[in-house]
Amino acid sequence: MDGGGGSHRREDVPQVVACPDGPFLVRGDVDIVTPDGQPIPRTRRTVALCRCGLSTIKPFCDGTHRASGFRTT
Amino acid sequence: MRIPEARGEASARLFSVLELAPGTPAANAARIEFAEAVRNVVAESPEIVRDEDLQLTLFCLYEFAYGGIDGVPDLEWDPALLATRAEIEAAFEAELRAVVPVPPRPEPTADAVARTLFDLTAPTSGPSLSRFVAKQATDEQLHEFLVQRSIYTLKEADPHSWAIPRLRGRAKAALVEIQSDEYGGGRPQRMHSAIFALAMRGAGLDDTYGRYVDNVPAITLAALNQMSMFGLHRRLRGAIVGHLAAFEMTSALPNRMYGNGFRRLGYDEDVTWYFDEHVEADAVHEQIAARDLAGGFVETEPDLLDDVLFGAAASLTVDGWAADHMREAWTAGRTSLRAPLAVAA
Repeated sequence: MDGGGGSHRREDVPQVVACPDGPFLVRGDVDIVTPDGQPIPRTRRTVALCRCGLSTIKPFCDGTHRASGFRTT
Repeated sequence: MRIPEARGEASARLFSVLELAPGTPAANAARIEFAEAVRNVVAESPEIVRDEDLQLTLFCLYEFAYGGIDGVPDLEWDPALLATRAEIEAAFEAELRAVVPVPPRPEPTADAVARTLFDLTAPTSGPSLSRFVAKQATDEQLHEFLVQRSIYTLKEADPHSWAIPRLRGRAKAALVEIQSDEYGGGRPQRMHSAIFALAMRGAGLDDTYGRYVDNVPAITLAALNQMSMFGLHRRLRGAIVGHLAAFEMTSALPNRMYGNGFRRLGYDEDVTWYFDEHVEADAVHEQIAARDLAGGFVETEPDLLDDVLFGAAASLTVDGWAADHMREAWTAGRTSLRAPLAVAA
């Protein structure tokens, strides 16, 4: 199966995966910045952004949504 | 790795084999004696997973497929040693399949498999090793914790990498995405094994691979041996996929607490980086592992769904036993190690 989520010509388009009951996974060339445009250091190619509001390392996910019973549906 | 101390007849006979040049009559005879010793020890062992002699023997046999053993010729494909290894593996796998509680089988879709794995690995309340480390562990116990973890973590990710050529499509891409992060994304100093070595040095421990093998009990070796067994056998590719998924899915929250435990006793970022790195990394990996790796794998190979569930449950069960061993020993005021640390901790 393809699994990449896109055709060859779209492979460079950044992708945001909305994980059920979990974070947004961000793949691809996206700058993550503060409201005034300062870059937020990103140390891995694919990152997970907090969606439940409870992470201790926002804007990144730390898995806390699982302990709190966060639901996206 | 240097040759460790024998823990019984099987490991003693193995180390006799390693002292002799391959191909000589004496070496051949030693292989036969080793095989007979293993057969006897396996037959009489009440519990393979906690058998010091058999788990050390299996660990050393697997080491030929990893970093090798100091001063010993390359014996990775030695037919007699492989045949004897297979006897230990058969007994070990049979015992795991008999005792590991496997969850009910979901539909063979990525979404259903992911949901089953998230349920299986849901955070629990009550006593846990991570809570103990965060709140109560002494400095000596934190050193024991690093020593116990070092057996796997100084080669973190390696057992699961055996699976890469055995997967296809979405599952293979997911495994490589996770492993690339484990191996530092091209930066050797960011490899998780290297970050762990930094933590060991920061705590005054020796980061040489195998330095503390003599100190750790069978259950710690069993947790790594299980990964090696699942990873080295194509037949068990479903189990290694499930194992990695469960491992990643029970990592982020405990690692935050482990890091807090080391911070509580005043350790600096060289020591806590490893744990903090895993909070962020494994919050990513658990999503990829559940849906794309395990779920994607089952959609490609639905016949291996049961092995994915078995591998996940075996990871939780055996790693749980190893964690319980530490917590129970420390709660009772005992060392969790087989032999106390010789270093000044």
